[in-house]
Amino acid sequence: MAGRRAFLVGAAAVSLTPVAARATPQRMAAAIREAVGEAAVREGKVRLDLPPLIENGNTVPLTVTVDSPMTEADHVTAIHVFNEKNPQPHVFSARLRPGNGKAVVATRIKLADSQKVVAVAETSRGEVWSAGADVIVTLAACVEDLT
Amino acid sequence: MVNVMVNAPRTAKKGELVELKALIQHPMETGFRVGPEGRAIPRNIIERFTATWNGAEIFSMAFSPAIAANPFVSFFAVAAESGTIAFRWTGDEGFVAEKSVAIEVE
Repeated sequence: MAGRRAFLVGAAAVSLTPVAARATPQRMAAAIREAVGEAAVREGKVRLDLPPLIENGNTVPLTVTVDSPMTEADHVTAIHVFNEKNPQPHVFSARLRPGNGKAVVATRIKLADSQKVVAVAETSRGEVWSAGADVIVTLAACVEDLT
Repeated sequence: MVNVMVNAPRTAKKGELVELKALIQHPMETGFRVGPEGRAIPRNIIERFTATWNGAEIFSMAFSPAIAANPFVSFFAVAAESGTIAFRWTGDEGFVAEKSVAIEVE
């Protein structure tokens, strides 16, 4: 039994080592925590638009839209985007002000694998809203070998 | 000099919502890729993008290596006063690029 247990522990360690070098759902959750602090993250108010099927992970158009009046009293202060399987969980963090009028940010990102992308918005009232999207990537970005 | 393209309306009505777009030429090398002879290609990215309207910051964004090469950003602003909208990118290896456009608000 001891031999089998030792083998299983060893096998688990070996299989986990390469994974640790990439973002994981756990690392993504930790990164979200780090960005928004202790506030409860609730689903809603955020719309994350990106194609569900991506042929080239090197340039993926992404738009985050947050339902917010953008007034002095109630506006979006930050929009963050995270991913599960790129080398790092962060994608970007944008800072907004009431003067933006509309809480919309669009950019193009890289995705290394089929995975879940999450957008998180912080508001001036201390609320945190989020939305996720599952995407399939056929050509991966970020880590390709050029040799 | 790197190529920078920004798109903003030349004129706007006071209080009008305008869309601002900015595109810059940059490799956004992630630092996770391996090049010839198995050597890692060093990271070279833009780390920060800021936009100011007459000197006051209206929008900023922190990039990670997961932003695609030749970063594109679009966002909105309420036209409050005539003046200059300035875009600035800073990053690894001392990278700095700036571009400003004039806007007339009636």
